[in-house]
Amino acid sequence: MLKIMQSFNKDSVIDFPAYVAQTIGGSILSFLQSIGALAAFIGKATAKSFSPPFYPRLIMKQFIDIGYYSLPVVGMTALFTGMVLALQSYTGFTRFNAEGAIAGVVALSVTRELAPVLAGLMVAGRVGASIAAEIGTMRVTEQIDALITLSVNPFKYLIAPRVIAGTLMLPILVLMGDIIGIYGGYIVSIYNLDFSSGTYIAQTWDILEKMDVLSGLIKAAVFGFIVSMMGCYHGFNSGRGAQGVGTATTYAVVSASILILISNYILTQVFFS
Amino acid sequence: MSTKTPKIEMKDVRKAFGEKCVLNGIDLTVNKGESLVIIGGSGTGKSVTLKCVLGLMKPDSGSIMIDGVETTTMNQKERDALMGKFGMLFQGGALFDSMKVWENIAFGLIQGKKMNADEAHDIALEKLRQVGLAQQTGNLFPAELSGGMQKRVSLARAIATNPEIIFFDEPTTGLDPIMADVINDLISECVKDLGATALTITHDMSSARKIADHVAMIYEGQMIWDGPVGQLYDSKNSYVEQFIHGRADGPISKHS
Repeated sequence: MLKIMQSFNKDSVIDFPAYVAQTIGGSILSFLQSIGALAAFIGKATAKSFSPPFYPRLIMKQFIDIGYYSLPVVGMTALFTGMVLALQSYTGFTRFNAEGAIAGVVALSVTRELAPVLAGLMVAGRVGASIAAEIGTMRVTEQIDALITLSVNPFKYLIAPRVIAGTLMLPILVLMGDIIGIYGGYIVSIYNLDFSSGTYIAQTWDILEKMDVLSGLIKAAVFGFIVSMMGCYHGFNSGRGAQGVGTATTYAVVSASILILISNYILTQVFFS
Repeated sequence: MSTKTPKIEMKDVRKAFGEKCVLNGIDLTVNKGESLVIIGGSGTGKSVTLKCVLGLMKPDSGSIMIDGVETTTMNQKERDALMGKFGMLFQGGALFDSMKVWENIAFGLIQGKKMNADEAHDIALEKLRQVGLAQQTGNLFPAELSGGMQKRVSLARAIATNPEIIFFDEPTTGLDPIMADVINDLISECVKDLGATALTITHDMSSARKIADHVAMIYEGQMIWDGPVGQLYDSKNSYVEQFIHGRADGPISKHS
């Protein structure tokens, strides 16, 4: 710090307070600028997703890439989350003689929170990163410019299929995650904690309402939109070279994960207050 | 000659990135069927000039006319229609690595011009032959080709839609001298066959001599010389002299 101040005194062109103000102001301005750029990008990408020409074959390919190939990851996450949830609730709830609530806790936690959020985060790592890397590489190697010179709009050809597939596939993944997660809790309760199978299933059905599952699926659609959009945005605006693509991938995953957690809170507030 | 509308006409085009002024009032005219080569060192604004004409970048000010129509104020739809007139050979090839060679060549026909795949496939194979590659190459992926072959495929893709204007971005960079000469021959051949107008940027002088009808030299964001290729070695311009002979000493600073 002292060194910086000394160097400014020597130059005496700009003084130290002005330098601080400039730095703060500059970073605030560039922050606002990037928010504006992101908003414009999202607006454009959304508009292009709803206007022809559509590319059904590319959308199908993304359905498979984003949906089908994410199944193992999401399934494993849901299974073990449901299992550990049952185990943890058991050790906690026996202290209050409330073992009967385990089925309900597992069902509600999985459908409302854990399946959508964890699936969203896993897909952000798997799909968001690969979208950003692929589109980023296309940017760096001028393939996106090549698309434009061949009269193809990259928003429609590259971005719309991914955003459409991300938004539609994540709810389906989460629905499967719900089933697998509850089943995980069931396995632990029946085979490890010696619950009666019939009672456990009945308790699950009793407590679960349509809105619990539905709210989770709506969250999933929002998270899917966030993940694919962040992947596309950072890939599309990737810097030069291998380093640019690497940074784009990191930003895509980090920003998607943070936005998922923030929007999860906001959506929960909207649904259940 | 003077009554004809030029194919490409740039007037006082300026472009800056932040503080850095890259194009400092570019004036440029290319007539129909003419091949103009822009020479200049790295970082002098060659690529940016090309990207402005193509519409991949928007100039800050100035006018760019294609066939007498102003392009800088065009909306997306008009711009898309205009792109149909263009073909572009990118420096790195920019082939789509997820597609086979023939699909790359046919891409502009199928996606841009809505041609059916069978017809486009035939044209793609014909263009492959035109750039001197065997039909079987069409079923390979770009990553399986050598650098020279990739350049040929990119050239085939650039001419597949029979464009009126073809842009070449450093067509010989990264090739050995013999392959570079082959590509130069192919370029002049293809441009003549199509009767197209060509705009090339390069710093390879043998390439410039071979492809160009006219040569323009860009330095610090301005056109400092232009004339027929025959006068290039008799330009009496110290900047051009230094550049074409590749001398370290001269008016062009060594740091840029």
